[in-house]
Amino acid sequence: MFQVRIHGRGGQGVVTAAELLSVAAFDSDLHSQAFPSFGSERTGAPVTAFCRIDQRPIRTREPIAEPDVLIIQDPTLLHQVDVFGGLRPSGKVLINTTRTVEQLGLGELLERSEPPTLLTVPGTELAREHLGRALPNAALLGGFAALTALVTIEGVERAIRERFAGAVGAGNVAAARAAYEFVADEVAEVAGA
Amino acid sequence: MPYKELKMYQTGTYAVGNRLLETDERTVQSRTDRSNSLTSGHRACQGCGEALGARYVLDAAMRASRGELIAANATGCLEVFSTPFPESSWQLPWIHSLFGNAPAVATGVAAALKAKGRDDIRVIGQGGDGGTVDIGLACLSGMFERNDDVLYVCYDNEAYMNTGVQRSGATPPAARTTTTKPVGAEPGNVFGQGKNAPLIAMAHEIPYVATATVAELHDLEDKVERAMEIRGARYLHVFVPCPLGWGAAAADTIKIARLAKESGVFPVFEAVEGRVVGVSKIRSQVPVEDYLRPQRRFAHLFGEQPDTEVIERLQAHADRNIARFGLLDDGPTEGKGLMEMLAESEHGPQ
Amino acid sequence: MLRQIEGSRAVGDAVARCRPEVICAYPISPQTHIVEHLSDLVRTGDLERCEYVLAESEFGAMSVAIGASAAGGRAYTATASQGLLYMAEALFNAAGLGLPIVMTVANRAIGAPINIWNDHSDSMSLRDSGWIQLYAETNQEAVDLHVQAFRLAEAVSLPVMVCMDGFILTHAVERIDSPAQEQVDAFLPRFEPRQMLNPDEPLTIGAMVGPEAFFEVKYLAHAKQMQALDLIPEIASEFERGFGRASGGLIRGYRTDDAETIIVALGSIMGTIEEVIDELREEGHSVGALAIKSFRPFPLDEVRLALGAAKRVVVLEKALAVGIGGIVSANVRMALSGIELDGHTVVAGLGGRPITGRSLRSLLLEALDGGLKALTFLDMDAELVDRELRRAGSGAPPGPHAESMLREIGIVAASSH
Repeated sequence: MFQVRIHGRGGQGVVTAAELLSVAAFDSDLHSQAFPSFGSERTGAPVTAFCRIDQRPIRTREPIAEPDVLIIQDPTLLHQVDVFGGLRPSGKVLINTTRTVEQLGLGELLERSEPPTLLTVPGTELAREHLGRALPNAALLGGFAALTALVTIEGVERAIRERFAGAVGAGNVAAARAAYEFVADEVAEVAGA
Repeated sequence: MPYKELKMYQTGTYAVGNRLLETDERTVQSRTDRSNSLTSGHRACQGCGEALGARYVLDAAMRASRGELIAANATGCLEVFSTPFPESSWQLPWIHSLFGNAPAVATGVAAALKAKGRDDIRVIGQGGDGGTVDIGLACLSGMFERNDDVLYVCYDNEAYMNTGVQRSGATPPAARTTTTKPVGAEPGNVFGQGKNAPLIAMAHEIPYVATATVAELHDLEDKVERAMEIRGARYLHVFVPCPLGWGAAAADTIKIARLAKESGVFPVFEAVEGRVVGVSKIRSQVPVEDYLRPQRRFAHLFGEQPDTEVIERLQAHADRNIARFGLLDDGPTEGKGLMEMLAESEHGPQ
Repeated sequence: MLRQIEGSRAVGDAVARCRPEVICAYPISPQTHIVEHLSDLVRTGDLERCEYVLAESEFGAMSVAIGASAAGGRAYTATASQGLLYMAEALFNAAGLGLPIVMTVANRAIGAPINIWNDHSDSMSLRDSGWIQLYAETNQEAVDLHVQAFRLAEAVSLPVMVCMDGFILTHAVERIDSPAQEQVDAFLPRFEPRQMLNPDEPLTIGAMVGPEAFFEVKYLAHAKQMQALDLIPEIASEFERGFGRASGGLIRGYRTDDAETIIVALGSIMGTIEEVIDELREEGHSVGALAIKSFRPFPLDEVRLALGAAKRVVVLEKALAVGIGGIVSANVRMALSGIELDGHTVVAGLGGRPITGRSLRSLLLEALDGGLKALTFLDMDAELVDRELRRAGSGAPPGPHAESMLREIGIVAASSH
């Protein structure tokens, strides 16, 4: 079973991101379960959403305590909420930011034994460019597709278009594709290094 | 305005005989083919104004709907005295659910009929003053707000009679009830804000609001007929004296209802979408005292030392109604909106 | 049709396939997505010949359902928690009048303190209202149970509530096979009311009944629920034949056949429990799990048969009978009358506190070790409670318990007074 935890703030589409991710997994003929962790719903408050992906039917429903992958939609959460709690050894983290890992003050994470792979993607900027809005969730899903074979970028795009019609859908798809390519390059670099 | 003006050549009786009218102008009650929707055998008290009112209203509604009528009834006297298991006085489809939900149950019946394409079948919701203005008010307001196709009828005897004459939001000031006895400093029910259900209905601007009494049968039946010609939320408030609760003679029920109107205590009018479209003028005004005296629930005002202050306040209340609704020949009221009426008359508690 | 879809939406679609004629709704978390989706289906004409009434309260909503059902219309509503309580009087009324209304309860805790998260206190508090209560383990089952519910309700003339865990199921997006209209039509016949408000054949519904007959009339609801004990498995079997999957029924055992220790639970927690059972079985422990799916009527015989041979029974429940302890366990104990075994009540997950596989595993190991007490509160901070009780007993007015405890765990800023 593959477990993804998404952190962000209310209004950034965190819950939708988890849902679309599960639809993309379904598109790959996998079982998937997405659900939010609710606080009082208000814009700007920290929100967490979860997505499990598996070949077999998924039975457990507890919040994801030991994620394989973390998606951080809002870097202002990094030193406010324990976003890294339970991250599995050698887990992957995808952060929405234009800054570097060192600039974010995350260097010490890399000093753990079996350190996580920390990847960044300028999701908000890509969203502004392709969608005209600072809503990074689709971009981050595109980035996620480059991190794992479980979902394909085509699956992500189909999920987006199924949810969002017309220009909105097209814009989100473009942002996802751009982020996918960005992260794919990053992954290749890390592998090559 | 649906009351008939007739020249009376007969004296000594208050009853207007149908034999003075053409056949087609006679009341539903005078016809042998009336539905008798609430038929005899029920357990109401002798002289019960509510039993009278319900029979008048439902038979008129049955005639207007050609017998395609369903009634939803709140808990209360009407429900209890009409359905002592295993008997029922109802000759139309009738449901009683709870005390506070008659308007909502009626809404549900109407919705099901509409879904089935049977809106030729009409729906009446009915209850007493307690079930309407107190515990049922939220449901009533919801029905108004949605403009559900229901005629809701409130039979107002101004207290929770079924449970033993306790005060309701419709109990008038100074009245004695078992929870507002004239002991201590207060003379029966306190002078509060009152809760004017017909005005509340008007504030919702529903298609039709009317008040009526059991003293004027033609007027009451005409109003039911008029209401049944309209689709959407409609409200009819019927003044029904209760001999037991009011401490009045069983034979005086109709007389007391007439006195309520003629003194201005109970304004009789019609309103459409929040505007008054007609009033039943006072024919021969009587002082409020004439209305109060025959009822032992006001007896404490008339001892050795009559409580003139309270009686004057009650008179002032009646006078305010007269001014507001233009119940005496002077003063037109047609077309007046609720806000205008309230603005023109003196504000404040009763 | 197989889809990746939110539980609420799938339930809404399933209800629509059942051709309801009146839907009355008042919003409350976490049922909102169901009633919102049904509103869309009615507005777009996807769901025809259906009146959607926006009620002014839950009491209004259930009352509208009562009127609609009495007039021969197939009626549906949904609620949770405070809303279920607000319609309490109407619930008893609907059951007493024998009206086959179907309602979704998106299980949620009851305040005070106000809490929107999942537990079973709402439906448990109304277990004796006369309504049949079915509990779904998954969103697939929630969908299937609604279809079965209309069939069941109309067959016995009793209202049915389908309970599904709020947020955990209602807001989870997962793979669901949504029934097609033809399948549902073949399974669910037209509503033929036993009693109906009809001007062609007038009758009186809701008469007053005195001591001479009340006892018998009231007993009828119980008799009908006893009939349902037979009907529920029949309907579940027929559903399986028509739709190709097992859903519903009275109980479901998971590896219980030779189990020495069996954990009993209702609803979605069964999924997590099964994972733990598999893990413990791998390690050689003799454990199993029993899901109760029909809580009312309570399947006394079936539960007795499933648990009677075990040495130890642990009832895990998401509700608390304040002042005594377990609710489900009391019912289970009744089923086991005369049988001697180790019985344990575990109250867990109140107000949405997550129940983790790890905690369940420790719990079961403790039980297997013989160390589990009769009544346990899983993952509850007993020390925090003790501190608060000491504070409250210390003399000065302690203020609301909720505020001081939240302040202690650092959620409320302690600066403002």
